[in-house]
Amino acid sequence: MEAFTTHTGTAVPLRRSNVDTDQIIPAVWLKQVSRTGFEKGLFAAWREDPAFVLNNPVYQGASVLLAGPDFGTGSSREHAVWALQQYGFRVVIAARFGDIFRNNSTKMGLLPVVLDAKVVEELQAAAEADPTAEITVDLVERQVRLGESAWSFEIDDYTRWRLLEGLDDIGLTLRHADDIATYENGRQPWLPTTV
Amino acid sequence: MITRGKRRKEALKTMGRTLAEKVWEQHVVRRAEGEPDLLFIDLHLIHEVTSPQAFDGLRLADRKVRRPDLTIATEDHNVPTVLGPISDPVSRAQVETLRKNAAEFGLRLHPMGDAGQGVVHIIGPQFGLTQPGMTIVCGDSHTSTHGAFGGIAFGIGTSEVEHVLATQTLPAYRPKTMAIEVSGALPYGVTAKDLILAIIAKIGTGGGQGYIVEYRGEAIRNLSMEGRMTVCNMSIEAGARAGMIAPDETTFAYLKGRPHAPEGPAWDEAVAYWRTLRTDEDAVFDQVVEIDASTLTPFVTWGTNPGQGAPLAASVPAPEEFADPVERSAAERALEYMGLTAGTPLRDVEVDTVFVGSCTNGRLEDLRAAADILRGRTVKTRTLIVPGSMLVKLEAEREGLDEVFRAAGAEWREAGCSMCLGMNPDTLAPGERSASTSNRNFEGRQGKGGRTHLVSPQVAAATAVTGKLTAPADL
Ligand code: SF4
Repeated sequence: MEAFTTHTGTAVPLRRSNVDTDQIIPAVWLKQVSRTGFEKGLFAAWREDPAFVLNNPVYQGASVLLAGPDFGTGSSREHAVWALQQYGFRVVIAARFGDIFRNNSTKMGLLPVVLDAKVVEELQAAAEADPTAEITVDLVERQVRLGESAWSFEIDDYTRWRLLEGLDDIGLTLRHADDIATYENGRQPWLPTTV
Repeated sequence: MITRGKRRKEALKTMGRTLAEKVWEQHVVRRAEGEPDLLFIDLHLIHEVTSPQAFDGLRLADRKVRRPDLTIATEDHNVPTVLGPISDPVSRAQVETLRKNAAEFGLRLHPMGDAGQGVVHIIGPQFGLTQPGMTIVCGDSHTSTHGAFGGIAFGIGTSEVEHVLATQTLPAYRPKTMAIEVSGALPYGVTAKDLILAIIAKIGTGGGQGYIVEYRGEAIRNLSMEGRMTVCNMSIEAGARAGMIAPDETTFAYLKGRPHAPEGPAWDEAVAYWRTLRTDEDAVFDQVVEIDASTLTPFVTWGTNPGQGAPLAASVPAPEEFADPVERSAAERALEYMGLTAGTPLRDVEVDTVFVGSCTNGRLEDLRAAADILRGRTVKTRTLIVPGSMLVKLEAEREGLDEVFRAAGAEWREAGCSMCLGMNPDTLAPGERSASTSNRNFEGRQGKGGRTHLVSPQVAAATAVTGKLTAPADL
């Protein structure tokens, strides 16, 4: 996983609530067995509309997505995270996230930032007024900054540490292989196996 | 809704525990200050869509599957529901990749055509692999289905699939607990599907975020296992990663004699343990939601998320009815996408296609309910009846349900996810409208531009007969 410390970039306002992962990447794109090329499927249906915000050339190169509440609900497809990252996003800011999407994001180093709905709207308005305005998302300080303003966000210490260091979970867990073995030895004998 | 978070913390030491807390504690491999718990996973279900990149990850790091004996794979999302090979080369490659991976890592796989094949959430319970008190994961958000047996079951992404393959554990923080208390009895003709759609409409698609939901109360106790699975299946549509129901005699009766259920003295031992899996009288939930089942009627969705639903007897709502500006603009967008006008009675909405199937409503009981309505009648619309697994298909055919469906003019298909999502040949054309027993009415979910109304199997069948959204009582 790519480490995340602090990121500064321009932002796209996506003024829609309840953006489910089927919208972020429609099912036909999930047939790929590789991990690359998903940026083409990002918001595929919506991008066919020339008026869709991502098609507006002023937002080219933006790396912060300012989304409406309940972003990433629905399907567990991690492809949604891959599509956002491969398109160039490093951060998604929203008032609420789907639980599985948020989890998947932190596994991949896409930072999901929860801010109050009013603040997200303020940021959206700022990005609409000036698409070149740069937003800084500072994981070290747990802070989002725009111009003179700054807002704090919450993230648990463990996830923050993992993201700052770019650590992969599996490696961390395998340090506790002995604990897993001990647990396995104590499991009820009648629990089912698939063999 | 009553929030009791603070009180809970203060009282924790003396209080009893909820079902979710009991199952969680039973699975903690390692707990350390400031870290998520490391949780043991009792069963890992795999399908072709969310696993290929996870197996690639294992290969890259030269890792093995730690517990092939706690892992099972099937092919469901891409499979066509008519006999014959997969014609789409990309879908076929994905299914073939799963076969290669299962062979390489030594995993049990139920491929297309196999008697054990079916939708991943149908086959686990059917084999008796889903049991009370277990932790179950799958790279699929409807894994919450398995919570109907009283375990903690939740969907994971591909990174976590790889993590479970490699370690049989997952690091996770314990979600908060929510009780959804469903008092009273469901009126005649009102189903588990109507109940869960009404619950989602009440708490919203984000209402369950951060929670494990325990469904409780008289109406839940009276549901069959099939009905309980329908309810738990859609927990994720309310934002909750997991939903669960305490095991009881209904659960034990369903499990007894299934291929992977314990036998002999082990059965008695297991049942004795399973009986302890209930929320203590004095346990406190972080949140409690109450619903009176006796007031419910058949429920349908009118919008583009499962929370946008209403009683079938109602009309398409006007966006102005929503006080919250976010909900109002979501309703506006939804009506536009759905091609609906505010004020239209939902009963006047004409559909092109009816779909009965999916992990929500693709079990034998669902097919029986649809057959009861279609018996001796003729369908007016294209009607797809898709069993959730090959075993469900076999059982339905043994009862002659396939004959009922064919005689009514419906199509009787092979097992798979089918029209639940647009990954296989069963899709809606742009602008087409369906009444569907599946779980998601998202834009384009059943095919680009398709419009979905979520309904129960009974409403689906009645709708097939009239061509408009219809409750069985109106036939
Ligand atoms: S039936 Fe639908 S919801 Fe269930 S696993 Fe298949 S695609 Fe997912």
